[in-house]
Amino acid sequence: MQKSAPKKAIVIIGNGISGVTAARHIRKNSHAQITIISEEHPYFFSRTALMYVYMGHMKFEHTQPYEKHFWKKNNINLIQTRVESIVTKTKTLNLSHGEKLVYDSLIIATGSKPNKFGWKGQDAKGVMGLYHKKDLEALEQYAPNNQMCKRAVIVGGGLIGIELAEMLHSRHIPITFLVREDSFWNKVLPEGESELINREILEKGIDLRLNTNLKEILTDENGQVRRVKIQETEEEIPCNLVGLTAGVSPNIAFLKGSGIQTNKGVLVNRFLETNIPDVYAIGDCAEQKVPIGERRSIEAVWYTGRMMGETVAQTLCGNRIEYKPGFWFNSAKFFDIEYQTYGWVWALPKRNESRFYWEHFSRKKCLHFSFDKKSNVFLGVNTLGIRLRHEFFNAVLEQEKTIDYVLEHFEEAVFDPEFYPTYQKEIVAQFNREQKTTISIKKKHWINFFSKATPSS
Amino acid sequence: MKNIQNTGLILFLFALGVFLSLPFTGEFKLTKTEFDSFLYNRNINNELLVSSFEKEIIGQEFRSSFAMSSKIVNALNRTNAEHKRKQQWDKVIWSKPHSFAYDIIKASQGNLAEKTDILWWLTFGLGILGSLIYILPNAVLLGPPGIKNNGIWHHKATNRGWIGWSVFVFLTVFYVLLYFFPDYIVNWVYLVDPISNFINGNDASQWFLYGFLYCVVMTVMAIRMYIKYRNNNYQILRTTSVLFFQIVFAFLIPEILVRFERPWYDFKNAFPLDYDFFFSWNLEQLLAGGGFGIFILVWGIVLTLIIVPIMVYFFGKRWYCSWVCGCGGLAETLGDPYRHLSNKSIGAWKIERWVVHGVLVFALVMTGATLYSYFSGASSVLGINTQGIQDTYGFLIGSVFAGVIGTGFYPIFGNRVWCRFGCPLAAYLGIVQRFKSRFRITTNGGQCISCGNCSTYCEQGIDVRAYAQKGENIVRASCVGCGICSAVCPRGVLKLENGPEKGRINPTEILLGNDVDLMKLLNKN
Repeated sequence: MQKSAPKKAIVIIGNGISGVTAARHIRKNSHAQITIISEEHPYFFSRTALMYVYMGHMKFEHTQPYEKHFWKKNNINLIQTRVESIVTKTKTLNLSHGEKLVYDSLIIATGSKPNKFGWKGQDAKGVMGLYHKKDLEALEQYAPNNQMCKRAVIVGGGLIGIELAEMLHSRHIPITFLVREDSFWNKVLPEGESELINREILEKGIDLRLNTNLKEILTDENGQVRRVKIQETEEEIPCNLVGLTAGVSPNIAFLKGSGIQTNKGVLVNRFLETNIPDVYAIGDCAEQKVPIGERRSIEAVWYTGRMMGETVAQTLCGNRIEYKPGFWFNSAKFFDIEYQTYGWVWALPKRNESRFYWEHFSRKKCLHFSFDKKSNVFLGVNTLGIRLRHEFFNAVLEQEKTIDYVLEHFEEAVFDPEFYPTYQKEIVAQFNREQKTTISIKKKHWINFFSKATPSS
Repeated sequence: MKNIQNTGLILFLFALGVFLSLPFTGEFKLTKTEFDSFLYNRNINNELLVSSFEKEIIGQEFRSSFAMSSKIVNALNRTNAEHKRKQQWDKVIWSKPHSFAYDIIKASQGNLAEKTDILWWLTFGLGILGSLIYILPNAVLLGPPGIKNNGIWHHKATNRGWIGWSVFVFLTVFYVLLYFFPDYIVNWVYLVDPISNFINGNDASQWFLYGFLYCVVMTVMAIRMYIKYRNNNYQILRTTSVLFFQIVFAFLIPEILVRFERPWYDFKNAFPLDYDFFFSWNLEQLLAGGGFGIFILVWGIVLTLIIVPIMVYFFGKRWYCSWVCGCGGLAETLGDPYRHLSNKSIGAWKIERWVVHGVLVFALVMTGATLYSYFSGASSVLGINTQGIQDTYGFLIGSVFAGVIGTGFYPIFGNRVWCRFGCPLAAYLGIVQRFKSRFRITTNGGQCISCGNCSTYCEQGIDVRAYAQKGENIVRASCVGCGICSAVCPRGVLKLENGPEKGRINPTEILLGNDVDLMKLLNKN
C-alpha cells in the first residue's frame, strides 16, 4: 500500500480500543504524525479485562496488548494528560497545566463514564462504578476481602453489574444485587435466556432482588458507605461497598463550548465526522445522527468501537468511507455461562418473527433462534453455554439462508472445543416437533474429516 | 471442607519432611564380602583401592550416606591420582566418583533398607494420601464446573512468592542430586526396591526411583487436572492420554522388558528427544538383541522419520507434546499450576527460536559425529572427540536443561521451559507444524476483546491475543495444543482445529463484522 506523503498531525483523545485501533490503522496506511492523549493511563489496556486483575487471573500488565516498545517502533506518541477544552477555530487543544497542542485532524475517542442518577450519597467513599483503572484500585481499597467488606450492594442489572458480582464473589464477599427490571437484563435478553441467568446468579449464592430500586446511600461520620435504602420497601441493607453499574453514557463534558455538536454523545454522520471539519468521533462517545439499521445511535460495545477505529483510519488516510458495521454480533460472560449473539434476537419478538428456543436439560445451556415467519430466513441467534462460529453466521446472514439450512449445518456452526458433547440431534428433533417440519441433519461423510475447519459459505 | 484440606496439607508436609530427612539418617556398613562381590561384578582388580578401602571404609559404621560417600570418593580419587602419576592407565577407574560411590553404598545395604515398608508408607503413602485429601475437596470447594483461576496471581505458590521459590529450590536440588549425586539419595532409592523387584526382578536404581516418582506425581496431579477442568472434555482426554503413555510406555513396558532380559526401551520416546538412541552402546545393544533389538532399531527410525511428521501434518505437534510425551505429561500435570509464568515478550520469543533450534542442530551434529565414529571407527571427527561431544550434550542438555532447569524452574519461568527453549524434538515438530500441517487455532471472527487471558495462560509464552484481536488464526511452531487458551477465553474466540491448509493462515486487514468492501479498498490504494 502506498503511504501518503504529507506529514499531518493527527491527535486522538482517548487510548481505549477505538482510539488505539484508529492509530494502528492510520500507521499502517500513512506516515502521519500520531499522538494519543489519555489521562487515565499512558498505555492501552483492555478495559474488559480489569475484572480479571481483581480476581487474580491476571496482573494489570497482562491487560496491555502491546509492549512498551510497540509505540516507539510505530512512532505513535503517547501523552498522559487531560484535555481541558478544544478551540476548533485554531485547531488547538488546551491541556492541563496550561499546555497547548495543535492538530490537523482530531479524533475524539473518550469513551464513557458510569451513570449516576442523582442518588443521595452517590459520591460517598466506597461508592464506585466499574469502568476506570482507578475503580479497580478503589475496589482493592474498599473490598480487598470479606473481612473488610462484609457485604456489597450492586445497583443495576446489566453486563457490568454482573461482572462486578463475579469479581466480588471470587473473594467470597456477600452480595446484594439490585435490579430494576423484573428479570436480569431482560431489555436485551428474551425471557428464557434472562431466566437462565437469574438462576445462575442465585446459584452463586447472590441475593438477587428483582423489581428493586435504590433510594439512597447512607454514610457514617467519615462519609463512608454504611447501608443502602431500598425504594420499594424502605428496607436498609448494611454494606461496605456500593457498585453503581446502571449503564454508561458518553464522556464528553469537556466539549462544552467547543462548538462541536453534541446530544448525549458527539453527533456524527456516517463518516464519523462531526459538524466541525477535521474533527471525528468514534467509539462509545459517538452518537449517530441517524441510527444505522436496527442499531442504537450510541453503541457502547467493544466491537463497534474497534470497527469505527478501522473506518476512521481509512478516511484519514485519504480513503473516505462510511461506517458500515456489518451484521450485529456481541458476546459476554455471566459467571460460568458464555453468551454470544449473531444477528438480532429481540427481547420481544417482532411481528414478522418466529422463534425457536431450545434448552439443555442441565438448564445451563440454551439456543434461541429468530427467523422470518413467512420466508424462514434466519434472522439471529442467542446462545448461552455453546460457542458458535462467527464466520458461519455472518455468511448465513449475508446469504439470507433459512433456519432449515442453519439447523442442517449446525455442526459446522458450533465452535465448542473438540470432544465436547454435541446437541444437534435433539435440537433438530425438537424443532421438527414444534414446527412440524422434517429437517434432517446433513450427514458428514468420513472423508469430511479432511475438510473439517471450513465453514460453509 | 477447608479443614479437611488443611489436614491433607499437614499430612503431605509431614511425609515430605520424612522424605527430606531420609538422606541425613541411617547407618551404612560395607562388609568385605559385599566389597569383593562388587569388585568381582565390576571386574576391578586394583590393590591400591582395596587397601585404602580396607583401611578406611570396610567394617566402619557411617551415620549417613554423605559420610560414607566422601570416604569412597576420596579413596577413589587418591587411587586414581596415584595410578595416573605412575602412568598405569589400565588401573585407573574412569567411573564418575559419585556414581561409583552410589553403587557401593547401594550394595552395602544400609540399615534403612530393612525398613522400606514402613518408610514407604510414611513418605510415598502418606504423601499421596495427604495430596488427595488436599485435592479432592476442590471438587466441591471450587464450585460448579468452569474456569478456576481465581486468586492465582495472589497466591504465594503461584505468583513467584516464597512458596514458589521454595518449590524451585526443592526441585532444583532434587534434580542435581538425581543426576550428579545419586550416592546422597541412596535411602530414597531403597524405598522403591520392593516395587522394583516386583516389576523387573532387580533392586531399584535411582532411575527407577525417578520413573516411579514421576508416575506417582503425574497421577496425583492428573486428578487435580480432572477436577479443575471437569467442564472440558479436551483436557480430560488429553490428561488421561499423557498419564497412560507415561505409566504404560515410559514406565511399565521398559521395566517389564528388563525382566525378560530385553533392552530397556520407551517406545514413544522419539529421537532426537531420545538423544542417545544412535550412541554406539545403544546400537550395539540393539544389534545384539536379535530380532527384537532390530525391531526397536527400525521402530525408532520409522517413528522419527515417518510417524512423527505425518501425525504432525494431520493433528499438529500436540499429538506428541501434550497427548503422549512424558516431559509434556509432567508439564501438564505437575506444571499446570505454573503455566501462566511463561514469558510472553517478543524478546523471549527471539531467544526461544535461537536456543531451541540451536539445540536441534547440536543434537543432529552430535548424532552425525556419533554415526561417523560408529561406522568409521574413528574416535574423533574434524579433530573433535566424539565422546566429548556426547558428554557435553548429555551434561548440558540431557541433564541440566531437561532436568534441573526444565522442571526445577517450573515455579519461576513456567512449566514448559524445556519444551519451549530446549527440546530438539519439539523444534523438529515445530518446523513441520509451522510449514506443513493442518493444525491451527482458529480465531472466531471478530469476537476477541483483547482481555489477554489466552496469552497469560499460554504455557509456551505465545502472545495468542496478538493474533486473536486481529482476527488471525494462530499458527505457531511452538504451540503444543494444550487447549488452555481456548478454555480460558471468556468470549468463545479460540478453537483448536485440524483442517485444510488453504486459509489456515489468514491475514486480515479489517476484522469480521466491519462491512468495509475490501476489494474496493484494495483497488483504491
